[in-house]
Amino acid sequence: MNLSLFIPEIALAITAVLVIMLDLFVRQSVRKYVLPGVSLAGLIVACVFAVIMWGDNNPALFNNMLAADNFAMFFKLLFAGTAFLVILASADYASKFERFQGEYYALILLSTLGMTLMAAATDLISLYVSLELTSISLYVLVGFLKDRKSTESALKYLLLGAIASAVLLYGMTLIFGTTGQTQLIYIVQSITSMGNNTPAANPAVFMGIVLLIAGFGFKIAAVPFQMWVPDVYEGAPTTITAFLSVGSKAAGFAIIMRVFLTSFSAYPSMSHDWGIIFAALAVVSMIVGNIAAIPQTNIKRMLGYSSIAQAGYLMVGLAAAGVFTGLESSMPSGEIMAQKGVLFFLVSYALTNLGAFIAIIAISNKTNSDNIADFAGMGRRAPVLALALTLCLISLIGMPPAAGFMAKFYIFSLAVKNGLLWLVIIAAINSVISAYYYLRVVKVMWFSEAASPEKVPSSIAPKVALALCCLGVLLLGIIPGLVMKLAELASNMFSF
Amino acid sequence: MDFNWLSTILFLPAAGAIVIALYKGANEKLIKWLATIFTAIPFILAVVLFIAFNRTTGGVQFEEKYLWIAPLNAYYHLGVDGLSMPLLLLTTFLGFLAVLISWKVHERPREFFAWLLLLETSIIGVFVSLDLLLFFIMWEIEVIPMYFLISIWGSGRKGYSATKYVIYTLFGSALMLAGILSIYFTTHSLNMLDIANQGLGMAQSVMPAAAIFWLLFIGFAVKLPMFPFHTWLPDAHTDAPTAVSVMLAGVLIKMGGYGMIRLCVSMFPVQAQQYAQILIILALIGIVYGAAVTLMQTDIKRLIAYSSISHMGYVLLGIFALGQVSMTGATLQMFSHGVVTGLLFAMAGLVIHNVEVRDLRKLGGLAKQAPIITAVFVIAGLASLGLPLTSGFAAEFIIFLGSYTSTAVAHLNVYTIIAIIGVVLTAGYILWMLQQAFYGPVKAEYNNVKDADNLEKVYMFVLVAVIMLVGIYPAILTDVFKLGITPIVNLIH
Repeated sequence: MNLSLFIPEIALAITAVLVIMLDLFVRQSVRKYVLPGVSLAGLIVACVFAVIMWGDNNPALFNNMLAADNFAMFFKLLFAGTAFLVILASADYASKFERFQGEYYALILLSTLGMTLMAAATDLISLYVSLELTSISLYVLVGFLKDRKSTESALKYLLLGAIASAVLLYGMTLIFGTTGQTQLIYIVQSITSMGNNTPAANPAVFMGIVLLIAGFGFKIAAVPFQMWVPDVYEGAPTTITAFLSVGSKAAGFAIIMRVFLTSFSAYPSMSHDWGIIFAALAVVSMIVGNIAAIPQTNIKRMLGYSSIAQAGYLMVGLAAAGVFTGLESSMPSGEIMAQKGVLFFLVSYALTNLGAFIAIIAISNKTNSDNIADFAGMGRRAPVLALALTLCLISLIGMPPAAGFMAKFYIFSLAVKNGLLWLVIIAAINSVISAYYYLRVVKVMWFSEAASPEKVPSSIAPKVALALCCLGVLLLGIIPGLVMKLAELASNMFSF
Repeated sequence: MDFNWLSTILFLPAAGAIVIALYKGANEKLIKWLATIFTAIPFILAVVLFIAFNRTTGGVQFEEKYLWIAPLNAYYHLGVDGLSMPLLLLTTFLGFLAVLISWKVHERPREFFAWLLLLETSIIGVFVSLDLLLFFIMWEIEVIPMYFLISIWGSGRKGYSATKYVIYTLFGSALMLAGILSIYFTTHSLNMLDIANQGLGMAQSVMPAAAIFWLLFIGFAVKLPMFPFHTWLPDAHTDAPTAVSVMLAGVLIKMGGYGMIRLCVSMFPVQAQQYAQILIILALIGIVYGAAVTLMQTDIKRLIAYSSISHMGYVLLGIFALGQVSMTGATLQMFSHGVVTGLLFAMAGLVIHNVEVRDLRKLGGLAKQAPIITAVFVIAGLASLGLPLTSGFAAEFIIFLGSYTSTAVAHLNVYTIIAIIGVVLTAGYILWMLQQAFYGPVKAEYNNVKDADNLEKVYMFVLVAVIMLVGIYPAILTDVFKLGITPIVNLIH
């Protein structure tokens, strides 16, 4: 057992405990600097070690329970970065729950820890445990405001989350029952040895796959497992909504890629089958998400539906990855593996969505409202925030020069290469529909008259976070080469 | 030549936009001067390049190529050939004049000029990009400034028009993106020149070449605009501020025609020939229908906007007659229409600004009160209906000559004769407009109407001079256009 490969996770866990401890001993007046400061430091340590360990590519640790490969490192950096930005953005917002500062930061760190473990898990058991660690921390965080809406959404999230977990477990038991294995690499061997790979000959495995998709579909907010999204997004503290929309979704995609590309790609026809399921989910997610977002008047609900649609675009990549492993082609595999597109899209989406939410947090802190109508005249009242939000919304539409365009271009080009042009056309047309509701916010901010001429102030930390996001969005949009390369390296481990 | 001329031209307006956006003060004059400088230099450079353009060798010149995104095999690749050089000149020219035309904008001038300059960069980018990804990015960026320009500084139903414009454009470009991705997958290249020269080599095609052709074509057809995708244009033109109408009519819709030649025809010569018949019929519908609808208009800007649909029909006809002469005519028509309609919109904007009336039925007798505006408006109108010695005549004559004699498509002579009906209708609406606005009994309520001031005289006369110059000596442009057209026509035959 080599604990040194586990340092990022240990760092996160220790920091979480430390934050709770410090909460008890540090004086009230300095608490709001110390706690986030320590949390940020812990995240930086985790990031630094993840960078150091990049390239080691240890496929199996702790009796094959976890992997410390590039894929896991990539997601460690993504999750730690997300948590970093969320904590920075919480600086003003956290005053809404003065008494529970320690718990707030500790829970964010714990759920980050859960997410990093999810990306590293290579065994159904470790996978489930880490998923629950993430989810339970998030259930609490969602209810943190303790008002009616927040409590209601936490309960809803908990109940639906519990059902999803149950479905997931049921799927896992079916897989375990048929293959006798919980470790992903042994599952694939077992499936291979079964010989016959049609769904009819092996219904239990395929039923298990479908149930796993349902369980993970809840995490990534794919239609038809999206019912919780609008209410939870609206009710949760906005910082947590941001965290949920980015971290939780990315973790879901990480785990799907890990499980499906390792275990269920035993036969080309098998991965082709689940690829098509994801293609179908992608279509309904994009259509439902985009159409339902149009009439929304609350910006958090709107972004909730938008995140469903974004999950749809991401699933275009999953579908392409599945169909690709199903292609028996002589094409150089590294060139058309669609999972690298998913990874790149996740980074771009994380920066974009966090940027949007941070701007919204800063604005709503002043107006005390999440209604789109109350963003009127922000172009005058808070030009910098409004400009940043505009950039992020443009990126969400997928227009250049923002990161969203490159991400869509990359993922769509990989999908076309894998023969899914029809899906890309649907996705592209959906992007156009989405322009309508994203631009409505832009319109309100710049063209409507402000309710009051008062400026909107915000402290330095959210500004830094916002600046980082916007910078990232622009850089990824103009010179995406480096991150694309990293995404490629991180997903190379799935080449066969 | 080692100096990156094209990058300089491309990014100077954008740099200007940033400088203006960061400028904190409230000095309106300074902002306008900055905008003037940042558009004048690219224009001067474009003139220099136009003169330096090697007319004996032709081909792509002033090329710049750097690796941009390695995993995608995308290059930052700029260059101009005979086709794009005059359009680059036109864009920088109108971009410069658009600043002068906007001299009377007093509402939020800082943002206005920043967006206007950004718009210019993106349009230049479309004409000089030789990499498909770069081309598409530039094509898309243009939507953002347009959206802001129309919805903040426009008039009438500006919000509606701006949104309509954006949605139409994005729909077109969504399909175009699918087309570009298909090309990219088929050829593993984003280099527009290589793809055109080597053909698609449909070894591993994702879909029939015809489908890719149509995906791209619809994207460009929305922008041109071709019947039946034209309905955004009257709204956007009517409600846009004057300078934006000038840019929109002058160069933005030319992106559609340019794209058709550069991508659809030169990359899919077989398909272009196969579908030319249908497209020419659509062009004829556009010409006649556009002109007929124009006859019904009473709003001065809307009338000019609808006339663009008819005029762009000629461009489409010229392109898909697929002959060397007809395509040269089409490109000349793009240039000529840019200048002529640019001038018409500038004049219409001036009338609306000075008289504050835009309904032709209420206007009248202005020839007495505003003789200079009237004279220039009449010249622009006559150029638009194709009077000899104006650029409009040269362009339309070459198109008709080319399409009548082209053998690429059957029955072209019949089509050409039908298209000429459009000219008659054009004469009808232009003369009616001039008569309504400027002639007839003098109206006393317009006695205080101001005529053009000095600045306005300057850009009017410059535009008139260009119209006459191209009309009298079209070879100054056609010689260059031919260099770009010839290799494309050679691909067809």
